[in-house]
Amino acid sequence: MVKADDRAIITVLGRDRVGILAGITGVLAAAGVNILDISQTILQEFFTMIMIVDLRGNTLTLSTLQEQLRAKGASLGVQVTIQRADVFKFMHRI
Amino acid sequence: MPSLFSFTPQEILETIRMIQFENLDIRTITLGISLRDCAAANIEETCRRVYEKITRLAAKLVSVGDEVAAQYGIPIVNKRIAVTPIAQVGEPSHEEDLTPLAKALDQAAAAVGINFIGGFSALVHKGFTKGDRALFNSLPEALATTERVCASINVATTKAGMNMDAISELGHLIKETARLTAAQGGLGCAKLVTFCNAPEDNPFMAGAFHGPGEPEVVLNVGISGPGAVLAALRQYPEADLGQLATIIKNTAFKVTRMGELVGREVSKRLEVPFGIVDLSLAPTNAQGDSVAEILEAIGLERCGSHGTTAALAMLNDAVKKGGAMASSYVGGLSGAFIPVSEDNGMIRAVQEGALSLEKLEAMTAVCSVGLDMFAIPGDTPAEVIAAIIADEAAIGMINNKTTAVRVIPVPGKKPGDMVEFGGLLGRAPVMAVNPFSPAAMIRRGGRLPAPLQALGN
Repeated sequence: MVKADDRAIITVLGRDRVGILAGITGVLAAAGVNILDISQTILQEFFTMIMIVDLRGNTLTLSTLQEQLRAKGASLGVQVTIQRADVFKFMHRI
Repeated sequence: MPSLFSFTPQEILETIRMIQFENLDIRTITLGISLRDCAAANIEETCRRVYEKITRLAAKLVSVGDEVAAQYGIPIVNKRIAVTPIAQVGEPSHEEDLTPLAKALDQAAAAVGINFIGGFSALVHKGFTKGDRALFNSLPEALATTERVCASINVATTKAGMNMDAISELGHLIKETARLTAAQGGLGCAKLVTFCNAPEDNPFMAGAFHGPGEPEVVLNVGISGPGAVLAALRQYPEADLGQLATIIKNTAFKVTRMGELVGREVSKRLEVPFGIVDLSLAPTNAQGDSVAEILEAIGLERCGSHGTTAALAMLNDAVKKGGAMASSYVGGLSGAFIPVSEDNGMIRAVQEGALSLEKLEAMTAVCSVGLDMFAIPGDTPAEVIAAIIADEAAIGMINNKTTAVRVIPVPGKKPGDMVEFGGLLGRAPVMAVNPFSPAAMIRRGGRLPAPLQALGN
């Protein structure tokens, strides 16, 4: 069972184009981060992709991974954020 | 998504939308530090101890704040420090001028990389000690010669009544502070708050100080979120007012949960006890981050119209109800803030003639925190400023609530002019004051007795 502390949520916001998924998953694969789930939708006219990932295999620090994802996002013209999953749980549940 | 995850994709999207599009952020993490053990018999030694203690305890405040903000993806806009009221710290030195302590605070704040430090303060609701007197003497000079130091004076409580001598004197001190900082539009006055029933654990500037009942060191959190409330309300143009209250409660709950999560994580990493979450709607000049616009979204053509007080009462109450469920420890000011210069909707309402000083005062009776960040003509008599403070303190005293005044008499400006403070403090249209004089009443001085509400035992 993956604990909440080990999980993070990656969100990608921007204009849809070829190669976003490949680009982001490439960074994750290189870092040893396993993807648990992916979904995508439209949020206020923006293409939005949400990934739930398991950080247990992560070979980088969270801030380094964050930086790499941000750089990859910039090259693809999208905004990428990674946040610890407990944010989402805590906001909506007591 | 699989049941492994205890939240839904809709909830993830809602969180992201609130942060990315609606200015949801943690407004401040404020480290409260007791300086009682820094009080020495000479002021140089006190200054040295104050600087050393603050820079030691707050050394990691900014880096830890930034680290938590990055990992959780929620901006923490301000990191700040509140200290023991300096009148108490400076008192054993027997100095009549405590400006050197203000400078020590300013230097410590700069050294740890924060923009404001609060606590150049005195609690004089029943009278002055020698230290309080020295702090009063130093106020204009201290505010004019430091950049980051915020001052606050508690002049009244429900239990003690109102110190009209202190209020009268503040009228003159505020004018003097404005004169000394005339080149910046009287900016010094933006760093001075006059309170009735001041909270001891308020994390918001300029009124933050570390009260006498607080522990050695503590972390308090102030949340924000007018933008998130505004966006939620706009989705329901047909809802009745009871339904609107529920929507506000839901939003306040979520915003407060973020404050609680971030506050606990920062306090854990700093190894400092967690104090309170202050559930305030704190507007900024950012697009849509306005309390006035929330009131307008409820159905007022402009903030300040008849109906504004009722709408604000509902908003303030719903914020508290939603937030109180979300956090174990709620404190500080907790309510909607209505600063004029920091809220684009308030600025517009004043400019268009919808919002007068009298209506603003009525609004403060039903929300936190008081007449905040408003500009009046520079030639306003000191007695009028004192009377504005007295009226506001009376509202707080009688209603068992915190009220405050942060007024800027802008040198050389008249009603209708604009003054720019820059940055977080925004810009303000100069408001007209009532031209009739309260001077004879103010000159009487003395104490307003504690009201019947004080006799609750």
